[in-house]
Amino acid sequence: MTAFLLRRLIQAAAVVLVMSLLVFLGVFAVGDPIEILISPEADQFERERAVKALGLDLPLWQQYLVFLGNALRGDLGRSFVFNEPALKLILERMPATLELAIGATVAALIIGLPLGLYAGLKPNSPVSKGIMATSILGFSLPTFWVGLMLIMVFAVQLGWLPSTGRGETVTILGMRWSFLTSDGIAHLIMPALNLALFKISLVIRLTRAGVRETMLMDYVKFARAKGLSPARVTFVHVFKNILIPVVTVVGLEFGGTIAFSVVTESVFAWPGMGKLIIDSINVLDRPVMVAYLMMIVLLFITINLVVDITYSLLDPRVRLEGKQ
Amino acid sequence: MSSTTATRVPAAPRVETPFQRFVSEFAASRIALLGLILFLAIVAIAVLAPWIAPQNPYDLAQLDIMDGRMEPGTVGGAGFTYWLGTDDQGRDMLSGIMYGLRISLIVGAGSAIIACLVGASLGMLAAYAGGRTDSLIMRLVDLQLSFPAILAALMILAFLGKGILNVVFALVIVEWAYYARTVRGSALVERRREYIEAAQCLALPTRRIIFRHLLPNCLPPLIVVGTMQVARAIALEATLSFLGLGVPITEPSLGLLISNGYEYMLSGKYWISFYPGIALLVTIVSINLVGDQLRDVLNPRLKR
Amino acid sequence: MSAPTLEVRNLRTHFFTRGGVVKAVDDVSFTVEAGKVMGLVGESGSGKTVTGFSILGLVDAPGRIAGGQILFKGRDLATLPEAEMRGLRGNRIAMIFQDPMMTLNPVLRIDTQMIETVLAHAKVSREEARQRSRDALGQVGIPSPDERLKAYPHQFSGGMRQRVAIAIALLHKPDVIVADEPTTALDVTIQGQILAEAQKLCAQFGTALVWITHDLSVVAGLADDIAVMYAGKVVESGPVTQVLDAPLHPYTLGLIGSVPSRNRRGEPLRQIPGMTPSLLNLPAGCAFRSRCPRAEPGCAEPPPMAEYRPGQHARCIHPHQEAVAA
Repeated sequence: MTAFLLRRLIQAAAVVLVMSLLVFLGVFAVGDPIEILISPEADQFERERAVKALGLDLPLWQQYLVFLGNALRGDLGRSFVFNEPALKLILERMPATLELAIGATVAALIIGLPLGLYAGLKPNSPVSKGIMATSILGFSLPTFWVGLMLIMVFAVQLGWLPSTGRGETVTILGMRWSFLTSDGIAHLIMPALNLALFKISLVIRLTRAGVRETMLMDYVKFARAKGLSPARVTFVHVFKNILIPVVTVVGLEFGGTIAFSVVTESVFAWPGMGKLIIDSINVLDRPVMVAYLMMIVLLFITINLVVDITYSLLDPRVRLEGKQ
Repeated sequence: MSSTTATRVPAAPRVETPFQRFVSEFAASRIALLGLILFLAIVAIAVLAPWIAPQNPYDLAQLDIMDGRMEPGTVGGAGFTYWLGTDDQGRDMLSGIMYGLRISLIVGAGSAIIACLVGASLGMLAAYAGGRTDSLIMRLVDLQLSFPAILAALMILAFLGKGILNVVFALVIVEWAYYARTVRGSALVERRREYIEAAQCLALPTRRIIFRHLLPNCLPPLIVVGTMQVARAIALEATLSFLGLGVPITEPSLGLLISNGYEYMLSGKYWISFYPGIALLVTIVSINLVGDQLRDVLNPRLKR
Repeated sequence: MSAPTLEVRNLRTHFFTRGGVVKAVDDVSFTVEAGKVMGLVGESGSGKTVTGFSILGLVDAPGRIAGGQILFKGRDLATLPEAEMRGLRGNRIAMIFQDPMMTLNPVLRIDTQMIETVLAHAKVSREEARQRSRDALGQVGIPSPDERLKAYPHQFSGGMRQRVAIAIALLHKPDVIVADEPTTALDVTIQGQILAEAQKLCAQFGTALVWITHDLSVVAGLADDIAVMYAGKVVESGPVTQVLDAPLHPYTLGLIGSVPSRNRRGEPLRQIPGMTPSLLNLPAGCAFRSRCPRAEPGCAEPPPMAEYRPGQHARCIHPHQEAVAA
């Protein structure tokens, strides 16, 4: 297990390095880095100071090393708009985005697993066909438009749920969370469902395919031959087997969910990282963009690592291979 | 099950060309046929928009600001009915959608075609050259696919700015990898077949082997991926435009129309966002339906 | 004499597919007494596995039992409600599957898979159930059963897994065990051990054993009676020594002749020409007639099952009644 972890960590570090190079080249190859990284309102003195601090007078490869060194120290530049370290801005808004993404993931599992299970167990029933048809819609519907429609129906027409914002929050460990207050939860429901839309369809399809495949396995027939109740066969023998691929995919999708929360946060004015990055792009606050990109890369790699470890915990076969 | 297909084969006495069989198999699904008809209708509307739209929504002379935000079905100052209402500028939504479809389809199809050319060439190169070239290209593909398309496109547009060409460029960057992977996969399978070896033994020029032998065999999966990617590109463009990073305000696609209606929605003026959304939805669903059926017909092994 | 433990009468299990009706089992009858072993022999596709699943009520759609009776101690299983059938399954009637690599759930520990079987049919505590599982593992010759209970299936070899499967089948000391080629996937030495184990346990508990196999040599050493299946039908049945020494049906004769060890060295191996017919739209009459050396026009009529020697039946109009050197 240690060797496995070490190997994965080294791989992860390599990917971060490559991505930092790409981000660096992206920023420095497109246009003038001084234009990109220094506020247009900065005066001559500030500009010179920044050029020096960023090492823009050095050759390109040395500039990269400076960039890398700064990044390692957590210095990814200062926002022009907020005049605060870009990293700090992003970290401040991260809990809101994580909360939204986790809410969406939980919603996708709670809604998708039972529907997929039903569709897999009774593939020919009209209800199953309806579920599958709806799941195609889930893949096709543009997320932002569904978000708008949700607001129109539940906030404007029916007035059941608030349309925008996070609502009342509670501060725990220095971070603000919505899901602990009823007002916060009311604010969370629509954005989380909106973000979950694509994932619900994904979970339904994965679960259904998994159930249909597993039901054909000898060990399911053997479990039935043992005289077990259908419920036990379904929920223990079948379910535990399909949980592995579903958890893997949903876990891997978590990064995508965080990325896609850019759209949902914009629709529902959810004050997370995604809203920050869109606002930053609109005012060309480039240090924030760079910092966001690096954070996302880091997040992706962490997620991949966590999924790999979880996967090995869930599947005894993988776990034991790691031990040997 | 295998015995059923085995008995069906000799039961077809009349000789069909592969294309006829393809058509009849495709038409076997009513819903796919419906998708195709819908899609063709949408394309027709988009192409014919300047002739069939009630007004030219970008000719300011035709717009009447007094007709702004009218409900669907009201008769405007110009004397014709706004069946889908008007936006804040007094623009007929129906005409706006017809013109918007043009932009959406051009961006979607254009980016898909360019991405297909780029991706297929790189995929073919990877499969044919092998070795370092192959692993370099495939690493790039992996990297591209592991990063969410929306973010990559967002960042590219953030640095390049708005504009139809920039959107197409961003979409090509996030989509070429799918084509490359598809082509490389099927080209590798085909390469190992005897007939390619035979062609090589005959010392046919590489160009001829690739274009006459390898490429035609990679075509079916490429068509399937391509169809799906057009739908994806249209959806992505709409999302980017909604976020204010896609097409410019002078050339509004469906996504931008929806975005324009966002602020009026809270006051109950739903139609400005609603109808362009429906148009977008129908477009994407119809393409996906066609793509789904194409996948089943062109590759029976790849059943879901 | 009381009713036999298991009596299958004119069983028909058909699969109603889009392409037509597949008569996987079409008129199969046999009887197994307590403590006896019945060898059900046939090529793959002859319907022997479906017969086994029919006995346990595990035939899945589009298949169903279309006719006949499966009498278990006089009760007809074919018409038993599913809830009652479930009470018998794994309890009074157990099954062992062909491929031990596939029969145990890979993500559940052995103890989970055994204890659930105990608890499905007996009102006992978890601890008691664990105890019984441990004893069952010991019975089938698995060393240090306490430790092995906590293991996952992939930590066992194929032979060991089949022992675990047998232990699970034995948990409730069933009256009938249907064993579907349980040794086919195993090494020859392991096969011998499992066979000896099965024989011992059946005699010990008075279990009626239905041993499904394509391997005549296994049946020869293990079974008391034999039923030979071809294309969904039993073509010959009787006491195992009698059938193997003096087969009536040309198919049985061919099958015996195909066993390599029975051939003399240097002679070309004997074989049955042709292949098993597709069960879909099977023509009427004897299904074997296209491959039969003795086929005659009368074979186009469905041959009846008839008793040609005491206890030995065959479905053939021109059986080898003269002594044949097989």
